[in-house]
Amino acid sequence: MGNYNLTHLKELESEAIYVLREVAAQFERPVLLFSGGKDSIVLVHLSLKAFYPARIPFPLLHIDTGHNFPETLEFRDRLAKSVNARLIIGSVQESIDIGRAVEETGINASRNVLQTVTLLDALEQNKFDAAIGGARRDEEKARAKERFFSHRDEFGQWDPKNQRPELWYMFNGKKRMGEHFRVFPISNWTEMDVWQYILAENIDLPGIYFTHERNVFFRDGVWLAAAPFMEMKPTEKVEFKRVRCRTVGDISCTGLTLSCADSVEDIIQEIAATRVTERGGRYDDKRSEAAMEDRKKEGYF
Amino acid sequence: MELLRFTTAGSVDDGKSTLIGRLLYDSKSIFEDQLDAVKRASVQKGSAHLNLALFTDGLRAEREQGITIDVAYRYFATPQRKFIIADTPGHIQYTRNMVTGASTANAAIVLIDARNGVIEQTHRHAFIASLLGIPHIIVCINKMDLMEYREDVYKSILYDFQSFANKVFPAQDMRFIPISALHGDNVVKPSLNMPWYADGTLLHHLETIPISQDHDLVHQRFPIQYVIRPESDEFHDYRGYAGQVAGGFFHPGDKIMVLPSRIESEIVSIDTLTGPLSEAHPPMSVALTLKDDVDLSRGDMIVGIDDVPAESYDIKAMICWMNPKPLQLHGKYALKHTTKDARCFVQDIDYVLNISTLEKVTQNKTVRMNDIACIQLRTTKPLFFDPYKINRITGSIILIDEASNETVAAGMIVLNS
Repeated sequence: MGNYNLTHLKELESEAIYVLREVAAQFERPVLLFSGGKDSIVLVHLSLKAFYPARIPFPLLHIDTGHNFPETLEFRDRLAKSVNARLIIGSVQESIDIGRAVEETGINASRNVLQTVTLLDALEQNKFDAAIGGARRDEEKARAKERFFSHRDEFGQWDPKNQRPELWYMFNGKKRMGEHFRVFPISNWTEMDVWQYILAENIDLPGIYFTHERNVFFRDGVWLAAAPFMEMKPTEKVEFKRVRCRTVGDISCTGLTLSCADSVEDIIQEIAATRVTERGGRYDDKRSEAAMEDRKKEGYF
Repeated sequence: MELLRFTTAGSVDDGKSTLIGRLLYDSKSIFEDQLDAVKRASVQKGSAHLNLALFTDGLRAEREQGITIDVAYRYFATPQRKFIIADTPGHIQYTRNMVTGASTANAAIVLIDARNGVIEQTHRHAFIASLLGIPHIIVCINKMDLMEYREDVYKSILYDFQSFANKVFPAQDMRFIPISALHGDNVVKPSLNMPWYADGTLLHHLETIPISQDHDLVHQRFPIQYVIRPESDEFHDYRGYAGQVAGGFFHPGDKIMVLPSRIESEIVSIDTLTGPLSEAHPPMSVALTLKDDVDLSRGDMIVGIDDVPAESYDIKAMICWMNPKPLQLHGKYALKHTTKDARCFVQDIDYVLNISTLEKVTQNKTVRMNDIACIQLRTTKPLFFDPYKINRITGSIILIDEASNETVAAGMIVLNS
C-alpha cells in the first residue's frame, strides 16, 4: 500500500477543524476570541474551512484594551466584514470607567491583566458557554498542560491540578449552569507551523507583522513601542528603528523585533534562525516565573 | 513533512526528563531565553551542571516537588518530521496520565535504567503502551555510562524484555537502543562509547519509523460530527455531513450504508472550502454529501456497504479508571463513543488487573483510580463499533460521572460479548 500520510500541516489543520466542529456541536453559545494576532486570524480561516459552505456559526469577541496598534483594529473590522461574522467588542476602558477594574500605575503599568475582568464580564453578559482561543502549548510552560477543552468554573477559573483527562479525540464538554469552557483548536501547533500554514494558505495579516519604521525604546532587553500612554524612565530614550511584531498584543507589553522581514517567506527564515522564543519578547510574561500560570488560573486567555 | 506523536513513560529516576531535555537540546529546539531560564534555575537549585530535566518543568507544584504530575506536550521538528511528545509521569499513581498520553501516540519510548534492568515498572509501561494500541515501542536502555557501556549488560536486558514481551504482546513492533541521556550517547548523535551498536540513534528511529499503516485503512468508517446546513440562497437544500474519517477510503460514487437506519445511499461529493476532493482517508476532516435525502445526524455513522461494524447494547471493555471515586458496580454513567452520546449501566466487573504482575484479580473487585479492569456495560442506545485492536477511534469509549461531569474512565472495546 502507498503512503497515505498527510503532511504535518494538513494533519494539524484536520485536527483543528475537528475541534471547531466539536465546539459547534457540543455548545449552545460559542464565541471565538479574536485578538487581531496571527493565531486568531488563523482560527478564523480554519473556522471558514470547518463550516463551508455555511457561515461561521459563532461571533468574534475582541477584548479591546484601548492600547492597541491602530492597524490591528482596522484589520479586525475588515476581516469580520469579509467573513460575514458578528463582531462583539469588550472594552477594558469601560471596565475601568465603571469601577470593575483598576488601572495599574507606574512605569510597568499595563492593561494586560485587566483584560481578564473585561473578558469574564463579556462572557457572562452574552452567556457564552465556550470561548475558542488561539493559545498554543508551545508558547509557555503553563500552556503546555492545557487541554483542548479546558473547563472553567463559575468564576472563570482554571484549576491546573484537577483537569479532566482528555483521551483520544473525545472531548467532554459537559458542564453546570454558569460554567464555561475554553477551547484551543491549535494547541498542537508551533509558531513555525502557524507561519508555514499562513504561507501555504496565503492568509492575509496586519502590516505590523512585517518590517516598518517606528519610534521605540529599550527596557529590560525588550524593544517597546513609544506611545502616548507609555510612561518612560528618564534614562530611556526614543529611537527610530526598523522593527516588526513577532506577537501582537496590547502595545504596552508587545515586544518588537528588529527586523527587515517584509514577506511571510522572510519571516519563516527569520524564525528558523532565531534563538529566542516568541514570548521571550512579551513583557507580560516577565513578571514572574509563573506569570502565565497565575493569570490563567484567574481566567486569562 | 509528516507528524509523529510519541509518548515517554518513566520517572525522574529513569532519566526521562533528561532524555527529553537531551532530545530538545541536541536537536537545537531549545531557545536562548529558555536556556537562560534553565541556567538560572540550575544555579538557584545548586546544581553543578546544566540540569537538562528542567526544560520540561511545568506547573508551580511540579517545580516545587521536582516531578511531572500531568501530561505535558512538547514539540520539536527536524527536516524529516515534526514531533509531538506526550511527556507523562511514570509512577503507578499516575497510570491515568500515562494512559491519556498513550491514547493518541504512534510510538512509545519505554525507559529502562541499565543498572536495574527490567523491573515491575517496565512491565507496566510496556503493557500500557500495548493496551492503548501504540503501534511502535522503542525500548531505551539508559544510563549505559554507569555500566561502562557494556554490550553484555544491554544484551541481557534486551533478552529479559523480549521474553516478557513475547508472552504479553508478541506482534508488536519493538526496537532497542542503548543510550546515555546525560551524555547524549545514541540520542541524537551516535555513541563513540558503544561501537558494538550500529542500529541507529533514537532520533533516527523516530524519524524513520513507518507510520502510514498506523490508521485503519481497511474498514470505511465515518462518524457524523456535525451537519452543515447553510440555509442560504446559493446552497438552499445543501446538507453536508461533516466529520473526520475514522477508517478506510471514501470516494464520490461509493455505495455506502448509513447507521443506525441501515439505509443505503451513495456519496455524491467530498467537499472542502478549496474545492471537492476525489478521495478522503484518515485522519482527514471533510464534509460528505449523499445522493438520497436520508435522516442522518451527529452520532450516526457512514460505513462501507459490505463492511458494517458490530452492533450491540452489550459492550465488553478494558478500562482505566481515572477518578478518586471508585467505579460503581451497577452504577450508571454517561458514555461517549466516537461522536455519539449515550448512557450505560455497569453490569459486571470481570476482573481487575494487577498492573505490576499482570495477574487477573477476580476476588474483591473494586476498581479504584489508576486501576485497569475488564468490565461489561449495557448501553441505552446500540453502539456500532470495532474492536480497539482494529480501530482506535471506533473501538474506544469514555465514561463520564453524571453528577460531577468528570471524565472517569477510558475504555478499549474488547469484542462483542
